[in-house]
Amino acid sequence: MTTLTLAKALNAGLRRALAGDDKVVLMGEDIGTLGGVFRVTDGLKAEFGAHRVVDTPLSEAGILGTAVGLAYRGFRPVVEIQFDGFIYPGFDQIVAQVAKLHYRSRGNVRMPLTIRVPFGGGIGAAEHHSESPEAYFAHTAGLRVVACSDPADAYVMIQQAIAGDDPVLFFEPKRRYHVRGDVDETASLADARPLGVASLVASGSDVTLVTYGALVQTARDAAIAAAEDGVSIEVIDLRSLAPVDYPTVEASVRRTGRLVIAHEAGQQGGVGAELAASITERCFEFLEAAPVRVTGHDIPYPPAKLERHHLPDLDRILDGVDRALGRPNSLSGVEA
Amino acid sequence: MTPSDRDATGLLTRPDQFVQLVTPGGERRHDAEYDPWVADVDSTALGRLYRDMAIVRRLDTEATALQRQGELGLWPPLAGQEAAQIGSARALRDDDFVFTSYREHGVAWCRGVGPAELLTVWRGSAASGWNPYERGMAVPQIIIGAQALHATGYAMGLAWEGSDAASVAYFGDGATSEGDVNEALVFAASFDAPVVFFCQNNQWAISEPVGLQSKQPLARRADGFGMPGIRVDGNDVLAVLAATRVALDRARRGGGPTFIEAVTYRIGPHTTADDPKRYRTDDELVEWGTRDPLTRVLALLAASGVDTDALEGEVADEAGRAAAELRTAVTTIPDPEPMSVFDHVYAEPNSHLARQRDHYARYLAMFDDADQTPASTSAAATQAEGGAR
Repeated sequence: MTTLTLAKALNAGLRRALAGDDKVVLMGEDIGTLGGVFRVTDGLKAEFGAHRVVDTPLSEAGILGTAVGLAYRGFRPVVEIQFDGFIYPGFDQIVAQVAKLHYRSRGNVRMPLTIRVPFGGGIGAAEHHSESPEAYFAHTAGLRVVACSDPADAYVMIQQAIAGDDPVLFFEPKRRYHVRGDVDETASLADARPLGVASLVASGSDVTLVTYGALVQTARDAAIAAAEDGVSIEVIDLRSLAPVDYPTVEASVRRTGRLVIAHEAGQQGGVGAELAASITERCFEFLEAAPVRVTGHDIPYPPAKLERHHLPDLDRILDGVDRALGRPNSLSGVEA
Repeated sequence: MTPSDRDATGLLTRPDQFVQLVTPGGERRHDAEYDPWVADVDSTALGRLYRDMAIVRRLDTEATALQRQGELGLWPPLAGQEAAQIGSARALRDDDFVFTSYREHGVAWCRGVGPAELLTVWRGSAASGWNPYERGMAVPQIIIGAQALHATGYAMGLAWEGSDAASVAYFGDGATSEGDVNEALVFAASFDAPVVFFCQNNQWAISEPVGLQSKQPLARRADGFGMPGIRVDGNDVLAVLAATRVALDRARRGGGPTFIEAVTYRIGPHTTADDPKRYRTDDELVEWGTRDPLTRVLALLAASGVDTDALEGEVADEAGRAAAELRTAVTTIPDPEPMSVFDHVYAEPNSHLARQRDHYARYLAMFDDADQTPASTSAAATQAEGGAR
């Protein structure tokens, strides 16, 4: 075991992917000489060369579209989108090309792209630097969407995403890049938890709290705080947003009878909406209360000095837990 | 100023401003720079190029008829662009790879795409008609200009592998306004990618004249991106062949990308769903009729002593047989199985889609007669309202 930050764990995973398959190429803005604005690709250009770790012109559509061409040629491109809010110029290439070419070619052309996206807020950044665009991609057939939350998972998941034959949107919780954790760099991928499987990160019996990315740590903290108050929260790190590992979530909800979903992204049409609907369909008779969503507001990401009023934090999550449990909460007495 | 006023000088179509080796009247024009690239093209070889053009024109006519008769949902005719497509595609090697838009039936012909393969998509029977790796030709692209980036990325990969193969991006004049094409030109230049950008300027993007896309000849844009631009008479198959050979040779030798503007004309509608009478005049059609790609080749061959009556007759017979084969082929394309709607969305098992698939199978199983299910709705009928741009 080594202790690494989440950013360094991703770096180690990328290094191992580059070393293991010469068709893996990294592409993005400032990822080579600079090592990426978050240093996730630090040192990789020096180690593997400018044809494996490619500094590209400043064009997200250009990066993604040329990555599609490289995939046609048999490469496994790993694309870095510098910040979440910069992905939209590449949206057409992702939705119309990356997601659909396997289908459109009747399985003849594979698109094993990994599209890395530092996502989410909480770092006091300028506008367009703190967004959570995952629902757009979860809505798009042909893509897989995952989010890592800690160094050990980041190290394994990035390698699994690259090795897989389907395109993956790989969301990295940027405010957790510097969180440290133990990483087993000798572990075999074959023995690791599959990319599509959720992780039970805290056991509990009163309510199931499902989240992903940066909020996993917040949810753990909420569970500890609630325990002092006599409430037992089970925390699930979803890890894969498309497809969702419903068996894991269902098994938990069948035990607890209550579901809270938390994410930084807005509520409307979000991952939480899909989870609430699907869990209601799948285990309605086990639910003691309606599923509760604790999310960012349906607003453009606010200025840095307001972001604490946008992002779900420990107290807002606990307020949501109280709603699910029918305990006094901010909406007590308010008709839904 | 309207777009057509912008071309009041005729700058965008002036025939003296492009590479031309055969005049519309069939006279061989000598060009010291480009002649050596087609020195091997004797009367026999020129006759073969004529044959290709005549056959794809006939196939195109047949496909339009098949659409009118309800056998195809839609068809985008290539009529008028035979020289641009045959001249460029006959310059290719088998190990080159082309990324086209939806109108390159002539390119498909040269790449060995069969009749059923060509029509599958337009009949609505499947998402694509051929395996791109068997034909060296990607899935045709409907999103305007998106394939320029794919060709560039593919070429970057070729260069990194040390291959001397090349890729070609086919797109139209309308696509030159798209970000993807401009970004492809930036990437190709920056990485010296062995790619040829082959722009068929057919004067119209549905109803919009090329003057709306550009105030100057499109080939001039190449200079701004740092690559050579060639403006060629796109109705002159010999000149197109020469220009494409120049560009491919540069790519193979590590010289990077080339932009070719082939000045041509779309004789037919944008697609069978379009009515060009709403936006262009009969005079224009007559004018371009005098620059036809096929007649000039016959005139040149006749002047070289070839019995063109015999050639025309032989080729017409062959084209007729190809058209009959196309007509037969369309009926042999199998109707898709309802459950195939779920195939190939993912390369690997996907739990979410597996569940949806299972639920739909259960739904279908409720019906005794499969023809009563929504899944059997005629694909051609459902596609008729749609259309590519």
